[in-house]
Amino acid sequence: MHEFDLSSAIVATVRKHAHDRKVTHVTLRIGRLRQVVKDTLEFYFAIVGKDTNCEGATLEIVDVPAVLRCNTCNIEWEIEIPAFICPTCGPGGVEVATGEEFMVESIEVEDEEDAACTAPR
Amino acid sequence: MHRTKVRVVEDALDANNTIAAANRGDFDRASVTVVNLMSAPGAGKTTLLERALDGLAEEGLRVGVLEGDVQGSFDADRLSVLHIPVVQLNTDNGFGGECHLDANMVRSALPAVPLDEMDVLIVENVGNLVCPAEFRIGEDARIMVCSVTEGEDKPLKYPLMFRACELVVINKVDLLEHLDFDVERLEANILQVNPHATVMRVSAKTGEGIDAFRVWLQALPARAGAAA
Repeated sequence: MHEFDLSSAIVATVRKHAHDRKVTHVTLRIGRLRQVVKDTLEFYFAIVGKDTNCEGATLEIVDVPAVLRCNTCNIEWEIEIPAFICPTCGPGGVEVATGEEFMVESIEVEDEEDAACTAPR
Repeated sequence: MHRTKVRVVEDALDANNTIAAANRGDFDRASVTVVNLMSAPGAGKTTLLERALDGLAEEGLRVGVLEGDVQGSFDADRLSVLHIPVVQLNTDNGFGGECHLDANMVRSALPAVPLDEMDVLIVENVGNLVCPAEFRIGEDARIMVCSVTEGEDKPLKYPLMFRACELVVINKVDLLEHLDFDVERLEANILQVNPHATVMRVSAKTGEGIDAFRVWLQALPARAGAAA
């Protein structure tokens, strides 16, 4: 249900970087802990992007696993259920290593040939 | 025409976080500590405030409330008897509004909030266990209220929300004797998802446990100041 607002945030971020060029593809990195439903996100992305330069863009979602790190015993492990406790040391030094990402990684835009040559790197 | 790949690498919620930081700046300048109060609909956020905020000003803590609702001013009306600053913020301008507050909505309401009349501002979010956890509003602390009529497994189903909060208030414990509800299991599930959470049992109806919540609120400005 949060996917509508998340789609709006994605479209806003993409448009900021697209500078009015037509967007054909968007690559996202989304951590498992964000509890995002991919199909729903794609559905809303199409709705929010309609009549903008994002209309028709394909969405690619790179899944980032939920990995915890224990700073007491220096191990890392992937979790499949929400248990934020080190199996040997308990909850004390546990932090999230990966899995909270909600990033727009890259976009693909249609460029005029000339404009591409002069674009700053 | 040809296609160019543009590297972005930006958190899609940066725009919200930037506005949240501006809110935070305003709160800090006014020396106001801000709480984001969240729960499922009907968990008892407003009843908890009615019970807990009564008389706090006399004990030296001036609290104001920014009341977020999809529609109407029912909750703000209930709190108005406490004679504290209460500002209504509706997320809807017709039928069907936003299911959460974001930083920009709070920012738009700030001109109406008399920050100089309060030490703590409690922002009562829209009842919802998913979206409010995603959007920071510039708060110092997050509290969620869950009630014993909701099911012990909720922390495992909504870890995003339970992990976002420093304090989880278990409300409606006066009903426990009538329910087949394992409150210890709920507490264990909360701590499995968020081992650093403070957990309190209260009944906003009978007043059980409310003193502990008031003490937590009274200690909050000093705690937030130390963390800043």
